[in-house]
Amino acid sequence: MPEITYLEALRQGLWEEMERDERVFILGEDVGLYGGAFKVTEGFHKRFGESRVIDTPISEAAIVGAAAGAAHMGMRPVAEMQFIDFISCAYDMLTNYVATARYRAGLATPIVVRGPCGGYVRGGPFHSQNPEAAFLHTPGLKIVYPATARDAKGLIKSSIRDDDPVIYLEHKWLYRRIKEQLPPSEGEEILTPIGEARLAREGTDLSIITYGATVWKSLEAAEQLEQEDGVSIEILDLRTLLPMDDAAIVRTVQKTNKVLIVHEDTRTGGVAGEIAARINERAFEWLDGPIMRVTAHDVPLPYAPTLEDFVLPQTEDIVKAVRWLAAY
Amino acid sequence: MATATAQSAKHQAQSELHKRMLREMLLIRRFEEKAAEAYALGKIGGFCHLYIGQEAVAAGTLTALRDDDYVICSYREHGQALVRGISANAVMAELFGKATGCSKGKGGSMHLFDASKRFMGGHGIVGGHLPLAAGLGFAIKYQGGDQVCVCYFGEAAVNIGAFHEALNMTSVWKLPVIFVCENNRYGMGTAFERVAAVTDVVEHACSYDMAAELVNGMDVLEVHHAAARAVQRARKGGHPTLLEVRTYRFMGHSMSDPLHGVYRTKEEVEEQKQRDPISHLAMKLKDEGVLDQAALDALDAEVHAVVEEAAKFADDSPDPDPAELHAHVVAD
Repeated sequence: MPEITYLEALRQGLWEEMERDERVFILGEDVGLYGGAFKVTEGFHKRFGESRVIDTPISEAAIVGAAAGAAHMGMRPVAEMQFIDFISCAYDMLTNYVATARYRAGLATPIVVRGPCGGYVRGGPFHSQNPEAAFLHTPGLKIVYPATARDAKGLIKSSIRDDDPVIYLEHKWLYRRIKEQLPPSEGEEILTPIGEARLAREGTDLSIITYGATVWKSLEAAEQLEQEDGVSIEILDLRTLLPMDDAAIVRTVQKTNKVLIVHEDTRTGGVAGEIAARINERAFEWLDGPIMRVTAHDVPLPYAPTLEDFVLPQTEDIVKAVRWLAAY
Repeated sequence: MATATAQSAKHQAQSELHKRMLREMLLIRRFEEKAAEAYALGKIGGFCHLYIGQEAVAAGTLTALRDDDYVICSYREHGQALVRGISANAVMAELFGKATGCSKGKGGSMHLFDASKRFMGGHGIVGGHLPLAAGLGFAIKYQGGDQVCVCYFGEAAVNIGAFHEALNMTSVWKLPVIFVCENNRYGMGTAFERVAAVTDVVEHACSYDMAAELVNGMDVLEVHHAAARAVQRARKGGHPTLLEVRTYRFMGHSMSDPLHGVYRTKEEVEEQKQRDPISHLAMKLKDEGVLDQAALDALDAEVHAVVEEAAKFADDSPDPDPAELHAHVVAD
């Protein structure tokens, strides 16, 4: 099996869906001739033509709004935000128009809004954000956040086929860092179900619930802790944040009885708070210690490498938190 | 002789169209009067924006469309919904928040919707639906259809970024969209000239290399002809148009808003009422001998009955089932 990157897996998933279904089209800034800021759509313009791979003006509200209008008429648009930070320009479209369309009008809006998120790349405050918490609160939307190449491919394909609007967050630090062996397109069809978490590592002493880039930080920490402390850590990669896989969360809590939640986004009002509340409601009696969090500090993401590294969750932060919780 | 027959047939068709436009406007007027009454009785809650005074815009433009064309609106859309053929019963029931409403009671006055009429919604936020119109136009073009999409909004929406994004996108992609700006001069209680550097909305079309017309919105025939020209441009060549239709609302912005005194004078409102689009057309049809007073009275009585029946239907309809509350958030 060929070894491919997270980015290439995403690209393959998009390509396969474009080949499979003529209703699928891509729109965004520089996605056509230029091939996308990170080259996710390289070659698409040549293969599928400008009617299906569309360079837009820098107009995020109109990109998402036009995608929604076309989706109302049965199309399957994939809108790229060049950096996911710019999705805030389309917040009105997504929360007011897109998320409510089915409820108020019985109208399907099968759009995917995707884009590179996340830090660890010295992107500074406008090119490093994780916007999931801003949308987690909005009924009618779905949010997926792949950590692996397999899921980058499987989730983009499932998102495109989903009948509801999906925000697809792809981590730019993982784009070329993660490589996996995946079957070629003509082999197995990879479709990751939306709403299902994945056990990234089995363990017995403590659970880390996480998603995105911090899945890899957590895996690193788990290896180190296994060797140095003999602690057995289970890691649950959520993959989908909305709807959240409550059953998988409860299962791992029941198994290990201790939970550390790790995410790259800032702390206050973040996804970790929601997960902790759900565990309290559904599995409180299974806990042998407080639910702890490792997250980014509550500051805009600074550019300076020393500061960025300090603000974002690092492997050693996770190690430290696990040691504290394991000893509790 | 043949020419004379053809001319007479054309004349006949024109008279029928004019009569239809008169009926549509009267239906809107009586419907809105009934809605105001129901609001005062507490049968309609929340926010309710009446179309009284602006009837010629909906009646003139929508009669230039085919049934398979698309329509998308802002929140003052009762008139468009009715002319588009959503029944008065379904619209009134929606205002009453009933299960039989066109949005099953989940939308209300500002969010009327009926996909079967290609009525793609009223939208409760100023200007945000313009990009959706671009998307509807995009899908028409992509799917190889020859339909058009008409998008209504008020003049205050011109100050929203989405207006500019949508017009640019529509023009650069040559989409069959007709933007109908209903310029009633006031964004709620703020006169347009107090907040807009360019007060002739039609001027904005230059920025986007788009065809445009300035239209007297109190003359339904003028509105209709301008709309028909725009429809032709869109249908034949995929060329969008910006129509600025100068109109006036005789009522307040919403039900809680005073008619005059705060942001406009009583004299101004009274003067505008002299330009009532319904009387204007009724008078013309009388002068031309198309309708006499008895026929006009009969028409009014007929729409009255429709509206009374709608109010009764809405009153008698069941509330939405609470079991519906969690339905249709996402696909089942």
